[in-house]
Amino acid sequence: MSALGKVVRSGVGRRRVQTVVIGLVVMMAVTSAVLGGSLMVASSAPFERAFAQQNGAHLTAQFDAGKATAAQLSATANASGIVASAGPFRTATVTPETDRSRKLPPITIAGRTAQGGSVDAVTLTDGRWVAAAGEIVLNNDGRMPPGMVPKLASRLTLPDLPGSPTLTVVGIARTVSETAGGWVIPEQIETLAAAGAPVGYQMLYRLAKPDTTADVDAARAAVQASVPAEAMTGTRSWLTTKLHSAGNTVLLVPFLLAFGALGVLMAVLIIGNVIAGAVSTGTHRIGILKALGFTPAQVVRAYTVQALIPAIVGAALGMVAGNILALAVLSDTNRVYGTSDSGVTPWVNVAVLAGALAVVALTAWAAAARAGRLRTVEVLAVGRTPGPGRGQWASRLSARLPLPRPMTLGLAYPFARVLRSATIVAAIAFGAAAATFSVGLGSSLNQVQATESHGDVVVLPGRPMSQSGPPPGGGPGPGGKPPEIDHAAVVKAIAAQAGTAGYHSSTETEVSVAGIADPLGVSAFTGNSAAGAYQMVAGRFITGAGEIVVSTPFLTATHTKVGDSVVLTVHNTQITVRIVGEAFNPEDMGMEIVTHAGTLAGTEAELRGTEYNVTLKPGTDVNSYVADLNTALSGVEAHAMPAEDDTAEFIVIVNALAALLTVLLVTVAALGVLNMVVLETRERVHDLGVHKALGMTPKQTISMVIASVVVTGLIGGAIGAPAGVLLQRLVIGEMGRVTGFTLPDAVVNIYEPGQLVLFGLGGLVIAVAGSLLPAGWAARTRTATALRTE
Amino acid sequence: MIELGDVSRRYDEGPPALDNVSLKIAPGEAVAILGPSGSGKSTLLNLIAGLDKPTNGTVSVDGVRVDQLGEAGSAKYRRAKIGMVFQFFNLLDDLTVADNVMLPAQLAGMSRSEAQRRAAELLNALGVQRHAKAYPGRLSGGERQRVAVARALMNRPALLLADEPTGALDTASGEDVQQLLKDLHADGQTIVLVTHDLALAQTCATRTIQLVDGRVANDTGMVVSGDVR
Ligand SMILES: Nc1ncnc2c1ncn2[C@@H]1O[C@H](COP(=O)(O)OP(=O)(O)O)[C@@H](O)[C@H]1O
Ligand SMILES: [Mg+2]
Repeated sequence: MSALGKVVRSGVGRRRVQTVVIGLVVMMAVTSAVLGGSLMVASSAPFERAFAQQNGAHLTAQFDAGKATAAQLSATANASGIVASAGPFRTATVTPETDRSRKLPPITIAGRTAQGGSVDAVTLTDGRWVAAAGEIVLNNDGRMPPGMVPKLASRLTLPDLPGSPTLTVVGIARTVSETAGGWVIPEQIETLAAAGAPVGYQMLYRLAKPDTTADVDAARAAVQASVPAEAMTGTRSWLTTKLHSAGNTVLLVPFLLAFGALGVLMAVLIIGNVIAGAVSTGTHRIGILKALGFTPAQVVRAYTVQALIPAIVGAALGMVAGNILALAVLSDTNRVYGTSDSGVTPWVNVAVLAGALAVVALTAWAAAARAGRLRTVEVLAVGRTPGPGRGQWASRLSARLPLPRPMTLGLAYPFARVLRSATIVAAIAFGAAAATFSVGLGSSLNQVQATESHGDVVVLPGRPMSQSGPPPGGGPGPGGKPPEIDHAAVVKAIAAQAGTAGYHSSTETEVSVAGIADPLGVSAFTGNSAAGAYQMVAGRFITGAGEIVVSTPFLTATHTKVGDSVVLTVHNTQITVRIVGEAFNPEDMGMEIVTHAGTLAGTEAELRGTEYNVTLKPGTDVNSYVADLNTALSGVEAHAMPAEDDTAEFIVIVNALAALLTVLLVTVAALGVLNMVVLETRERVHDLGVHKALGMTPKQTISMVIASVVVTGLIGGAIGAPAGVLLQRLVIGEMGRVTGFTLPDAVVNIYEPGQLVLFGLGGLVIAVAGSLLPAGWAARTRTATALRTE
Repeated sequence: MIELGDVSRRYDEGPPALDNVSLKIAPGEAVAILGPSGSGKSTLLNLIAGLDKPTNGTVSVDGVRVDQLGEAGSAKYRRAKIGMVFQFFNLLDDLTVADNVMLPAQLAGMSRSEAQRRAAELLNALGVQRHAKAYPGRLSGGERQRVAVARALMNRPALLLADEPTGALDTASGEDVQQLLKDLHADGQTIVLVTHDLALAQTCATRTIQLVDGRVANDTGMVVSGDVR
């Protein structure tokens, strides 16, 4: 064994390039796999754990109290596919105000006597459960900033109801299923109903088969069929809740897994190639080892271990890098979403490590198996050159090309060793694909980001603040009243300002929609440039009052389509609107409704966060425009500022990760080429000597070696670039699928034909980059020594 | 034409391969370098070809200080002045006979068609024209060496260097190559020939230099037009 150890050690030491290549490729595969795996687990694990603990509701259904009785709803527990249910609970929608007269968004409260139960066993995090009228337990979904959550014993007023009834907060709880924003005793709902609050019933179900949207929809249909028509007014699937709980992290998973898969395939190729190469240049050595009494198994093991040593080092480094990146990415999402997961998942690490080493061992073993099979006599008798063998046609063909002879000699190289060249073509293709893919992904995400920029200049109510940037959402700060603003004057100033190409104003409010349990955000527009603000997927943009544009998640949740009418409830007013188009609007996880301001005219909608978005004529200087407009606005309670196009942190993360992984993959591909060229020149060292003896200059040698990778590089690029496009489609499609969006063409189709050609040539760049060093080495080969090799 | 001044070549270990060798070779000479294995014959030839550099001393060929040439310079020097023939032929196995022969000219920038014409001429002259499209692996040893000679003559070198050209051949093929070299010399080709085959030396060479342990042990002297100087 110690003899074997020595053989292995000297093998590793002698092949520095191969050792580095194996280490790097394994490191890159492990980094992306650990990162992808950790994020995948972290993005769903906390939710699934809590959901299981609480017997979460797979399906929450809202019913019209006037169209179904409690008894009818109880009977839905027997609908097919339902394994457990809770309710019916009476519900009411209220818009509370804190004791510091801060308005909270409208919430649905449910009448429940107990927090526990067989479905949605709510976790009390503070205080106690409601026991009497006038008490409320609030749901803290973790998204409200800690300071904004009402304290225990604070009082909530319901100013919309006659006599402004009040409720005292006696507890803070958490429902993972997001079934309600708060809970009161059932009798309380009756009191609120009597006061005129919109009320209904709620049923919570656990399903036999909850895994897919189709499963949940089937159960929903079964429940709907067992109650009177139109009694069911809304449902919520646990899958949607789960998706929302994961935030953006879930978007990283498809692309990290894509890189993980690329990394693993690349590792298999490179390692297989390196070991097979080591075996083929080492046939003589192998013969000697065998002659000395090594068994075939020992020889194969020696070569496998030779790959495993750098692979273990690479895997360890990759694990560290993967976990550090996971921590960085998750600390970011934790901050944004209030989750708290360290991101280090031991079993993911163990699984990736074991998987990676198994793949390496298996690949190396398969590639080294030939060494075990080689017959000693043959091996010792093997001549130094591979013989004319294959690829003569290529050699004859290339000799006719009107190019300098050293180049045409090099061009024919890859055809002499077809299998080896094929693996290098694949490695180059992976590199080119990775580059194509990550550039495409970046452009796609920038397109997504671009959908959120609505103009060049924004005009906000109030005086400019000393700090930079408006408060999030553009709304007034806590407790502050929005300044009174003369909208007509603002519009007049903007329209009169030289350089204005168009403008629109938007304002925010909430409405209820039949079919959706929670109130939805509305963006209401006026002005002439709103149409440019959204990427349309289907239909058209709004042209006037009574029309809305929504995103796919809204259509999915409400089971509607473009052309349908829906009823919006604003306080006690109902407005029927028509869906005229489907846009790509990531706001509010795709649930935001975009409409014309006129739609809400005559309702008591609380309009907040009014802002004006101005598009400038081309060539207009933004800063001087803003300065001039601010002068014009000096008499009005409003100010202009350049629209900030700060890229979302998430996109920065994705771009940085994609760039990092691409650099790694491309480097590995180039190193794979380097390794092949080193191998090739080592095998052809004698021919190189002959060439030199016949008068080949170092420059000619370099051009010959570089030419030897041109064909491989071109083919690799030609395969890799389209593969990268496919991968981008796949991953972007998957990102759309997990988030429930139909993506607009502008986000999906981002490659120009010219760009594709460039990415294709990227394969050539990788190949040439990888061949430069060994070409130089080949040029310096000592001729006299090479010719002595006999 | 060739002038070696106090040339030594030492490797890291062992005694010097060449030890203070000085000699002159005139144009038109056919010199055989004789000596036992390991006496430095190939080293001497490599130094003349610019494939190796002396540790000490000077090597000039046709007024060119070969020992001072860089890599590119010595490649161009070989192209212009030197043709080489080796014991084991050193033909490129993956090129046809014709492509092998054409290579030195093509490296020097000759067009393919011109190189083809010249190669055909040489192969014809050497009697291996019918193998032009074959691969060297298919040829007999004697035929391979003829191809190697054709390749060496491709650029009309002033100097033909041959390192044990018959060493790997059977007797008949050896005699064949011997005759070929003799004919070349008769046509005025300067030849430096390394061999330990006395018959070859006697037939082809006008002068023999005996090397022992890297030193010139015996030199029959320069013979030009039959005169011993
Ligand atoms: N590259 C080298 N490294 C070390 N020793 C060498 C090298 N080339 C030749 N030698 C040594 O130099 C001596 C002369 O070699 P060589 O010129 O090939 O002899 P010959 O051709 O006369 O048989 C030998 O002892 C040989 O071992
Ligand atoms: Mg020799």
